[in-house]
Amino acid sequence: MKIIFILEPKKVILRLFEISLNKIIVQTEKTVADLKIGERGIINNFKDAAMSLKLLEMGCLPDTEVMLDFIAPLGCPVGITVAGYHLSLRKREAATIVLK
Amino acid sequence: MKNKQVVALLGNPNSGKSSLFNQLTGLRQKIGNFPGVTVDKKVGFCRLSSSMDVEILDLPGTYSIYPNSLDEQVVLEVLANPKNPDYPDLAVVVADASNLKRNMLLFEQISDLGVPAILALNMLDVAEESGISINSGKLSKILGIPVVELNAREGIGIEGLKHTIFNQLQHKKTHINPPAFDKKSENIFDEVNAKFGIGNKYLALQYAAQAQKLMFLGETQQKDLEDIVKKYDFNADKFQSAETIERYRDISSTLNEVIIEEGVKKETITEKIDHILLHKVWGYVIFLSILFLIFQSVFTIAETPMDWIDQGIAFVNDFLKSHLPDNQIVSLLTDGLVAGIGGVLIFIPQIAFLFAFISILEESGYMARVVVLMDKLIRRFGMSGKSVVPLISSMACAVPAIMSARTIGSWKDRLITIMVTPLMSCSARLPIYTILIALVVPNNKVLGFFNMQGVALMGLYLLGFFSALLAGWIMKFMLKSSERSYFIMELPTYKKPRWKQVGFTILEKVKTFVFEAGKVIIAISIILWVLASYGPSDKIEKAESKVLSENPTLEHAKLDSKLASVRLENSYAGHFGKFIEPAIKPLGYDWKIGIALITSFAAREVFVGTVSTIYSIGADAENETTIKERLRNEVNSETGKPTFSVATSFSLLIFYVFAMMCMSTLAVVYRETKGWKWPIIQLIYMSVLAYISAFLVYQFLS
Ligand SMILES: Nc1nc2c(ncn2[C@@H]2O[C@H](COP(=O)(O)OP(=O)(O)OP(=O)(O)O)[C@@H](O)[C@H]2O)c(=O)[nH]1
Ligand SMILES: [Mg+2]
Repeated sequence: MKIIFILEPKKVILRLFEISLNKIIVQTEKTVADLKIGERGIINNFKDAAMSLKLLEMGCLPDTEVMLDFIAPLGCPVGITVAGYHLSLRKREAATIVLK
Repeated sequence: MKNKQVVALLGNPNSGKSSLFNQLTGLRQKIGNFPGVTVDKKVGFCRLSSSMDVEILDLPGTYSIYPNSLDEQVVLEVLANPKNPDYPDLAVVVADASNLKRNMLLFEQISDLGVPAILALNMLDVAEESGISINSGKLSKILGIPVVELNAREGIGIEGLKHTIFNQLQHKKTHINPPAFDKKSENIFDEVNAKFGIGNKYLALQYAAQAQKLMFLGETQQKDLEDIVKKYDFNADKFQSAETIERYRDISSTLNEVIIEEGVKKETITEKIDHILLHKVWGYVIFLSILFLIFQSVFTIAETPMDWIDQGIAFVNDFLKSHLPDNQIVSLLTDGLVAGIGGVLIFIPQIAFLFAFISILEESGYMARVVVLMDKLIRRFGMSGKSVVPLISSMACAVPAIMSARTIGSWKDRLITIMVTPLMSCSARLPIYTILIALVVPNNKVLGFFNMQGVALMGLYLLGFFSALLAGWIMKFMLKSSERSYFIMELPTYKKPRWKQVGFTILEKVKTFVFEAGKVIIAISIILWVLASYGPSDKIEKAESKVLSENPTLEHAKLDSKLASVRLENSYAGHFGKFIEPAIKPLGYDWKIGIALITSFAAREVFVGTVSTIYSIGADAENETTIKERLRNEVNSETGKPTFSVATSFSLLIFYVFAMMCMSTLAVVYRETKGWKWPIIQLIYMSVLAYISAFLVYQFLS
C-alpha cells in the first residue's frame, strides 16, 4: 500500500474513494445478515448470481418475507424462517440476500 | 420392453421417501431425520396385485433437478436419460405437506419431463400441527394427476397408494405445465431434438442447460451440446432462475386454492427447542454433555451385562473342558472357537448402547443442529459443517460414513472429509479400547460421579476427533481448489424417535457385528489354532523334551503351562510373531501381541478374539478364566513383568486410534474417489501416524 502510494498517489486516492463509495452502497443495502433475531424483512434481490440459483430453489424468492430465527453461538451460521420452514445458511451467504 | 415397471420415489430431502420405500418393499433402508440420509439409489420390489409386481426405486432427495452435489446428481442421471434401465414408468413424488410450496417445485419439473406422476402428500400430521390443511381432491383436479394422502412413518395410506400406483400404471396420466419458452429456447429445442431425438421440450432444454452434468452422454455429445449453447448464446443460469421464479408464481396461485392456513402463528415446539439447543452458551454445553453421557453409559451401564457374558463364556469353556475328553478336537473347540467367539459376544452390550445413541441423534433431528453448531469451527479445518454427519456416523462405522460425504457439494471439502473420517474411532475399535482401558485405568469415580474408565474412553474418541481436525487442517493447505462451497441447509422439525425403529437398528447392528466379526473370527480362530498348535518340522517336540529334561522336579500344573507356552513359541504362529517382533518391540509389543496385530488386519474386532485365543492356549487347562483376567495374568517371559503394562497398553490404544486397519474402508475410499491414489495416501499417512505415536507413547511411559 505504502509503495503504491509513493509511486502513484492519484491511483491510491481514487481507490480509496472507490472503497468508501462501496461502503456507502453496502451500508444502504440492508441484507438478511443485518437482521436482528426475530426481525423480519422482505427479499428484494440477490448480490451473487450463482448463490441466488440455490436460494431461489429453496424458496427464497423476491417479495417473500424472511425472519431471522437464530444466530449460531459463534456468529455463523444463521437460521431464518422462509416460506414456512427453517433454513440455515452462513452469514456470508445471508449477506447476498438484499432486503427491501 | 422392460419386463418390470419401475416406480421411482422422488422428492425433497427428508420428505419421507425411504420411509415409504420400506413400507412398500418391506426392506430396511436407512431412515433419519435430517436431509441427505439416502445418497444412492436402491431397488426393491412391491406386489401390487396377484398378477403385478413392480420395481420400487428409492432415490436421494433433491430440491430441484439442477443438482448441487453427487447424491442429487443421481436423480438427474435417472430422469434425464430415458434409456437408463432405472428410468421410471411412474414417479411417486413424496412431498412434505407442511412445506408444500417448496416441494412442488421438483414435482412440476419432474412432471414437465413427461413422466407420469402421483403426488403423495406425506407428513400431514406435521402440517396439521402447524395449522395447515390441504384439499387434496381439489389439488388432484387442478393438476390432472392422482394426489394421495400418506403417513409413511406410521404406514397409513399405503394400501391406497398401491391401488393408485396400479391404476396410474394403466392410465399414465401426466401433468405438463412448462414455463413459457422464448424464441431462443424453441430454436435450441429444435436443434437438440434433431440431434438427440428428444421430443420433450423441457428435457431438451435441460440437455442444453446441464450438458456437463450429463455423464451418460459421453464427451462428443456433450461437446455438440456446448456448440449449440454457444451458437444461440444460451445463458443456462438465467434460464434456471427465470424458470424457478415463474414456477413458484404458478405454484403459489395453485396452492392458494387448496391450502387453508390457520391465521395466527404460534411458536412451534421446534422453535422452542431450538432456542435452547442453539443457545449461545447452552448450545455447546448441551452438545458436550450429550457426548459425555454417551461414553459414560457405554462404560458404566454396559459393564454389568458384559461381565455376565464374560463369566458365562468362561463357564461354558470350563464345562466343555471338564466334560469332554482331552484331545485335539476339544482343544480346537474350547481354546480356538469358544475363546474367539467370546471375544465378540462380550461386546454386544456396548455396541448396542453406542448404536442406540447414534440412532437417537439421527432420528430426533438433533444431527442437523450439530451441523449448525460445528460449521464455523470445522470450516477452519478444511471441511464443512456437513462433514459432521460423516464424522459422527463413523463412530459406528467408517464405510457408510464415507459414503454420506456425498452430500458435501465442494470437491475439496468432501475429499478432506473422506480422508480424515477413518481417524474417528469406529465401533470395531471399541472392544480393544474397552479391554485395555479395563486393564490399566482404575474403575474409580472422579468428582463423585464420572467414571474414570468412561473418561478415558471419551479421551480416545476425542483424540481421534482432534487428529481428524488436524489432518484436515494440513490437507487444506495442500489441496488447491478455486471451487466455492456453500452451506445452505434445511433444518428439519424435531421428531420423537420411533423406539421401534431405534430397537430395530440396534438389533440389526448387533447382528451384523456378531455375524460379520463372528465369521472372520471363526475362520481366524481355526487358522490361528492350527498355526499355534503345530510348528515347522519337530521343533515343538524338541523344545518340549528340553523343558522336561531341564525341569524334572516341577509339579504337574506348572509344568503343563510351561510346556504350553513353549509349544506356542515354537509353532508357526510363534514364528510369525517372532519374525515381526523386532519391528514392534520399540512400541512395547511382544511376539504374542504381534500375532494379534497381524490378524487384526482382517478386521480390528479380531484383536481381542485372537489375544483371547492365544492366551488361552498358553493358560493352564484346569482353571479357565475370563478374558480380562487372562490378559491381566499374562506375564512377559523375558522380563517377568505383566505383558499389558501401562506403557504397552497405552501404546496399543494409541496405535489402534490411528491405524488404518480396515479393508472395507480402503475399498470404499477407492470407490468414492475413483482411484487408488487417495486410499493409498490414507493408508500410508495413518500407518505412519500410528507407528510414531505408539512409539512415542511407549518410550515416554516406560
Ligand atoms: N411425522 C411424520 N414423520 C415422518 C413421516 N414420514 C416420514 N417421517 C419421518 O421423517 C424423517 C425422514 O424420513 P426419511 O424416510 O429418511 O426421508 P427421505 O425422504 O428418505 O430423506 P433423504 O434420504 O434424506 O432424502 C424420519 O425421521 C421419518 O421418521 C410422516 O408421515 N409423519
Ligand atoms: Mg432416504
